[in-house]
Amino acid sequence: MRLGRYVMPVSAALGFGFLYIPILILVIYSFNASKLVTVWGGFSTQWYVELFRDPQILDAAKLSFKIATASATLALVLGVAAAMTLVRFRWFKGRTLLTGMVAAPLVMPEVITGLSLLLLFVALDNLLGWPAGRGVTTIILAHATFGMAFVAVIVQARLRDMDRTLEEAAMDLGARPLTVFFTITIPSIAPALVAAWLLAFTLSLDDLVIASFVSGPGSSTLPMVVFSKVRLGISPDINALATLMIMIVALGGAIGFWQIRRSMRGRSSR
Amino acid sequence: MKPLGLPKFKNGHRWVAWVPTLWLLLFFLIPFLVVAKISLSEAAIAMPPYLPVIEWVESGVAQIRLNVGNYLFIIEDPLYAASYWESVRIALVSTLVTLLIGYPMAHVIAMSPEPRRTLLLILVILPFWTSFLLRVYAWIAILKTNGLLNSVLLHVGLISEPLVILQTDVAVYLGIAYTYLPFMVLPLYAALSRLDRTLLEASADLGATPWVSFFTVTLPLTLPGIFAGSLLVFVPAIGEFVIPALLGGNDTLMIGKVLWNEFFANRDWPIASAVAIIMLCLIVGPLMWLNRLQAKQEQGA
Repeated sequence: MRLGRYVMPVSAALGFGFLYIPILILVIYSFNASKLVTVWGGFSTQWYVELFRDPQILDAAKLSFKIATASATLALVLGVAAAMTLVRFRWFKGRTLLTGMVAAPLVMPEVITGLSLLLLFVALDNLLGWPAGRGVTTIILAHATFGMAFVAVIVQARLRDMDRTLEEAAMDLGARPLTVFFTITIPSIAPALVAAWLLAFTLSLDDLVIASFVSGPGSSTLPMVVFSKVRLGISPDINALATLMIMIVALGGAIGFWQIRRSMRGRSSR
Repeated sequence: MKPLGLPKFKNGHRWVAWVPTLWLLLFFLIPFLVVAKISLSEAAIAMPPYLPVIEWVESGVAQIRLNVGNYLFIIEDPLYAASYWESVRIALVSTLVTLLIGYPMAHVIAMSPEPRRTLLLILVILPFWTSFLLRVYAWIAILKTNGLLNSVLLHVGLISEPLVILQTDVAVYLGIAYTYLPFMVLPLYAALSRLDRTLLEASADLGATPWVSFFTVTLPLTLPGIFAGSLLVFVPAIGEFVIPALLGGNDTLMIGKVLWNEFFANRDWPIASAVAIIMLCLIVGPLMWLNRLQAKQEQGA
């Protein structure tokens, strides 16, 4: 058996199949006229029609988009600040603490994060009368907190690789730090910022566990509605929903590729 | 002249550093103290459903009522011990499965020439961007007794009776491996791409077969990546709720599910908090190990 020739590539191919076959199946069966997975009842778009007629799903989707937009934006600001601190500010005394607090939410089991945030919100409510019940605000705060950890990781990597000569030149010419940050640092890490915002957005849109803990009555997010449907068994309109999400991500991925390739070509031709 | 309306040089930096730190203190670290406090209170039919730990009896005099009953209850009830043990076991097996699937993928990506390398990397990361919940859901249709896998295997003639996979631990291993695969592949890839290829050439020149080179050079040198990837899968898998809830059976006792039920079904917040505190104690060790590994990797890079 040749290791490099056969074993590794074949097992890697199986690995990629393992990743993509379930997604492919979701897409194919979203167009299945039959409700049964094992029976192909012909091509049909009826589940998409059903999906768009379901007010519960539509309302939840709208709410989830609102929460994801707000929490990703908040996470971006906080995460960039955390990344700048970790990469640039050697003088900061809380660096070790911040390093740990940025890394831990990435692997913390969601049930713990959810429960602890809920108990915090209840305690704050009793103490200060804020955030006055649970709902959209508490979900946004919770999602911003774990989103900022992911943002910080992505932006940190980009800040480390960044060429600092431009910033230094601007400083030498007398630009204030804030001006340097907004006119040089931000544009040169822009792709990482876009990726980080999108990741925080996706994670918020997808979160079931933390949102279930910190949400209140009347604020059911999309994953909460999907989960209660899926628990009762297979429902083909969920396949349609999944396919729509996959299409959006694939489109986003393609646009991202195109941008990366264009910027690479631009760089090499210069 | 100082510009108006903008923060001073040093103070501006201070704010940038302190805002995220204070945010994480308030919304990440302090909540654990609140959980610890409530784990020591007594459940009650009230809103919130527990009795206060500190009560002001008269002005200036506080009465502190600590109740270790929740912990005693968890320690004495074999159900909890069993589900902690089951969670660790399931997380370990799943981590091993993820490693076995992820290592060849990372190896092939790291050895690929450049345009293909980026493409394969993106292919590993891309599923992470689609809904985790829906990707777990996809496995129900595959693993069901009358699902796709069984009908394919029956059709080919490999089995004569459908396999029962859904609602067993095997389905949970597959689900965890599937969702956490990128977390395993990325650190492995980082370790493999840093590997000095000349060492492999040297070992081949000295007569080692590819397999011997792999086990004596590649594997030992990528151990930090193996540990980092394994911890990134193992730690969150211990507390996993969605995967055992959707793919596991009623007898799949994972601690995340137990906590969820204590909280949502029994509305016993103090017990749920005590369950969380014990779980936290379980993962603190692996978490610190991971932190050390990552700090070392940053220094090396």
